[in-house]
Amino acid sequence: MDIRIERIAKTFDRYPALNDISLDIRSGELVALLGPSGSGKTTLLRLIAGLEQPSAGRVWFGAEDASSLTIQERNVGFVFQHYALFKHMTVLDNIGFGLRVRPSGRRPAKAEIRRRAEALLDLVQLSDLGRRFPAQLSGGQRQRVALARALAIEPRVLLLDEPFGALDAKVRKDLRRWLREIHDRTGHTTVFVTHDQEEAMELADRVVVMSNGRIEQVGSADEIYDAPASPFVFSFIGASNALPIRIAGGQALLDGTVLDLPPLAERDGEARLYLRPHDLAVVDAGEGTIIGTVAAVRRTSGHRLVELAIGSAGDRVEVEVPASRAVSAGEQLAVKPLRWRIYRDTNAQALAA
Amino acid sequence: MAADVALSVPAAEEAPFGDVRSAARPAKPWRPPTDETPVVRRTLIGIALVFLGFVLFLPLVAVFVEALRGGVALYWAAITEPDALAAVQLTLLVAVIAVPVNLVFGVAAAWAIAKYEFRGKSLLTTLIDLPFSVSPVISGLVFVLLFGAQGFFGPWLQSTGVQIIFAVPGLVLATLFVTFPFVARELIPLMQEQGTGDEEAALSLGASGWQAFRLVTLPNVKWALLYGVLLCNARAMGEFGAVSVVSGHIRGLTNTMPLHVEILYNEYAFSAAFAVASLLALLSLVTLAAKSILEWRYAQDIAATRGRGH
Amino acid sequence: MVAAALSGPFRKPSILPGFGLTLGLTLAWLGTIVLIPLAALVLKSAGLGWEAFGTLVTDPRTISALKLSFGAALVAATINLVFGLLLAWVLVRYRFPGRRLIDAFIDLPFALPTAVAGIALTALYAPNGWIGQFLAPLGIKVAYTPLGVVVALVFVSLPFIVRTVEPVLAEIDREVEEAAASLGANRRQTVFGVVLPTLMPALLTGYALALARAVGEYGSVIFIAGNIPYVSEIAPLLIVIRLEEFNYAGATAVAAVMLAISFVMLLVINLIQAWSRRRFGDGR
Repeated sequence: MDIRIERIAKTFDRYPALNDISLDIRSGELVALLGPSGSGKTTLLRLIAGLEQPSAGRVWFGAEDASSLTIQERNVGFVFQHYALFKHMTVLDNIGFGLRVRPSGRRPAKAEIRRRAEALLDLVQLSDLGRRFPAQLSGGQRQRVALARALAIEPRVLLLDEPFGALDAKVRKDLRRWLREIHDRTGHTTVFVTHDQEEAMELADRVVVMSNGRIEQVGSADEIYDAPASPFVFSFIGASNALPIRIAGGQALLDGTVLDLPPLAERDGEARLYLRPHDLAVVDAGEGTIIGTVAAVRRTSGHRLVELAIGSAGDRVEVEVPASRAVSAGEQLAVKPLRWRIYRDTNAQALAA
Repeated sequence: MAADVALSVPAAEEAPFGDVRSAARPAKPWRPPTDETPVVRRTLIGIALVFLGFVLFLPLVAVFVEALRGGVALYWAAITEPDALAAVQLTLLVAVIAVPVNLVFGVAAAWAIAKYEFRGKSLLTTLIDLPFSVSPVISGLVFVLLFGAQGFFGPWLQSTGVQIIFAVPGLVLATLFVTFPFVARELIPLMQEQGTGDEEAALSLGASGWQAFRLVTLPNVKWALLYGVLLCNARAMGEFGAVSVVSGHIRGLTNTMPLHVEILYNEYAFSAAFAVASLLALLSLVTLAAKSILEWRYAQDIAATRGRGH
Repeated sequence: MVAAALSGPFRKPSILPGFGLTLGLTLAWLGTIVLIPLAALVLKSAGLGWEAFGTLVTDPRTISALKLSFGAALVAATINLVFGLLLAWVLVRYRFPGRRLIDAFIDLPFALPTAVAGIALTALYAPNGWIGQFLAPLGIKVAYTPLGVVVALVFVSLPFIVRTVEPVLAEIDREVEEAAASLGANRRQTVFGVVLPTLMPALLTGYALALARAVGEYGSVIFIAGNIPYVSEIAPLLIVIRLEEFNYAGATAVAAVMLAISFVMLLVINLIQAWSRRRFGDGR
């Protein structure tokens, strides 16, 4: 089932949460809604589910306009951030709930409900825990039960709100891989919300980066990392540095000196140069290099992170250097950008983190 | 911006579908899936208000209306008559003794229970709550069995000339019994939730145990303490069953206000009975108001777990 | 668990001073004011001997008073189970003018002296009273009948269920109800299948508290009940009557039975909460 979001807007008490959002999600796709808190990603997910009503716009499930359907009629599987398991029911009763509440015409027989619940329990690898109550399960196990419960109603789409948000790092990694496997086996169109860029990039076919109620970029992990469409995306995904530059006659000037970059097809004016720490190479000082004073050196597992103070304003830039290279504070260091992005300053002011 | 954001919607598909749907299903106002329909909501609110009106509001109104039925002059006479004044005095005396005593005890109990882990703690907590589960009549009876003429200590008391039952000490004892848990049960959950970190910090900074209590613990629980005192006082002044058993109903001597109300009522002096009752009703309204103000302004400082009745 | 608790030290070490003082004070005071007096009652009734005790307790007037106290308390607590839940629901879930005032008003039965409540209810429900005069032509007598006892007990036990359910209801995560809706449950199925079962421990606790209070209630009942032996005479009143007759044995026997009932109720409340903690992982 493909989902089409058509010019959706949502306003809460006159505060806009979503601004004219349009998005196509293909059948069978696994899509991540990624953004900081307040970006509107959870609101968008809840609008797809029918837990909220859009102020404007429509949601289509395939050829059907889902906008006018209640949540019950939409038949979506929704997995809540805190699982929202029914704590007075056993695991099996939780999973079978969606089938038990069907109108009598469509309700499977008791034995059939049980059989299906048990099959789903097998799918989420909790076969022996059917008689337990949610309070007797670990966080990861609860998450699996919540997923099984959502799958039990044979949903048209599967929606997950911060599915791993409340779990610790190790469980989170395992469940991530496992969710991908389940998705590949069941083939549901799946949308999940996350604020963790690694999670989004590792798990999703496509990532929707959101900020301030707008979509900043939609693309594969490669696209959003290697070709970020905005300074926001650049700085939100991965580590980043930004330096103020001026563009004049196709050349980039940092603090008055021309940088050794290929000619730019940009208008003259203020702009910002965005760099990733690992896209800077230490070189011999020379024309066009960026020269700075080492302000701090930190050892990380694979390399050293050097913090350079650049120019008269002392702008800080982080550079990744091999662990084998000794660097000490106060030393002068010259670096050369290997890859970069330039964004106009007006944007950067508003969006750079 | 993003290349994948697609706006294209097949026109041929959209038009008929959208139109058919909107025609077949007139847009009813959307309501969140966790809300009831307005009709259900209004009906429930209506039933609740009617029920409260009959069960709580009318009786309260009745007290004041019946009290003033004979006119203001009669009302004034009823509450300034010597026996009534004696009852007011006695009620105040009992409360003035019972509340501070239970305050000290309540704080001590809360400190012992909330700040330490020891065996039998939950049993102790249950025992402190015990007076709530005992009929007020039994609360009075036990003191008659101990100190009455035929009681365990009766003969000994008679020989020493001390009278407890049918005298003020009996009233105080019965009141202490029924108001025993109020302060402790307000403090215990709150102090348990606050833990011992603040006090330990105070000790590590050189405070003595008493200083830690006075400067750290007490300010942390002051509103809950006031809350407990308020409830304790209301019960101390309003207690009927327990004091009725130990009082002997001696006019002017062992009649508290609630007992005075009873006597007047049984003598068919209804207006006078309601007049004195209206004073108690006023007291309860003041208590409710003070309690609510505390709850609204200091909710976090009062309640760790609100919920069980009193 | 038990073995560990028994073999472990009496208390965990703590650097906070005052344990001995405060615990000592607590135990001394608890003993003096509560435990020794209650022990006197137990001793006294034990001193009666089984046979005498049996005769006193099986006295028809005692039996009928206990039946009335317990029966009326059951009816009143059940009425409040329904209306208390309704009130808690309305006060927690809906916003309407005066809600906070009404919420504060719920505690009136805790604050209003029972004798005052008793005469006020009688003024309302006596055959010539505010409400009674409209019921009398219909042949409904409230005051001076067992029905009057129920009315008084509904009044005094009302706050227990509201106040036990309110905080639990307020804490129920809306996500749980949204989850039920997303799984296809309509509002009725969600409320009865998900919300109410979650409230069950709180409802049971409140019910037991209301029942315990109502069984022992005295002040508000004696004015409206009419106190006709075998008809509208409650057990606490019978204790008072026996005392006034200087029949201490009779008073003690009835009191002992009621005390036993209180203990059972207390036990039941604790069991409900322990069960709820085990199953749901919290105290409710």
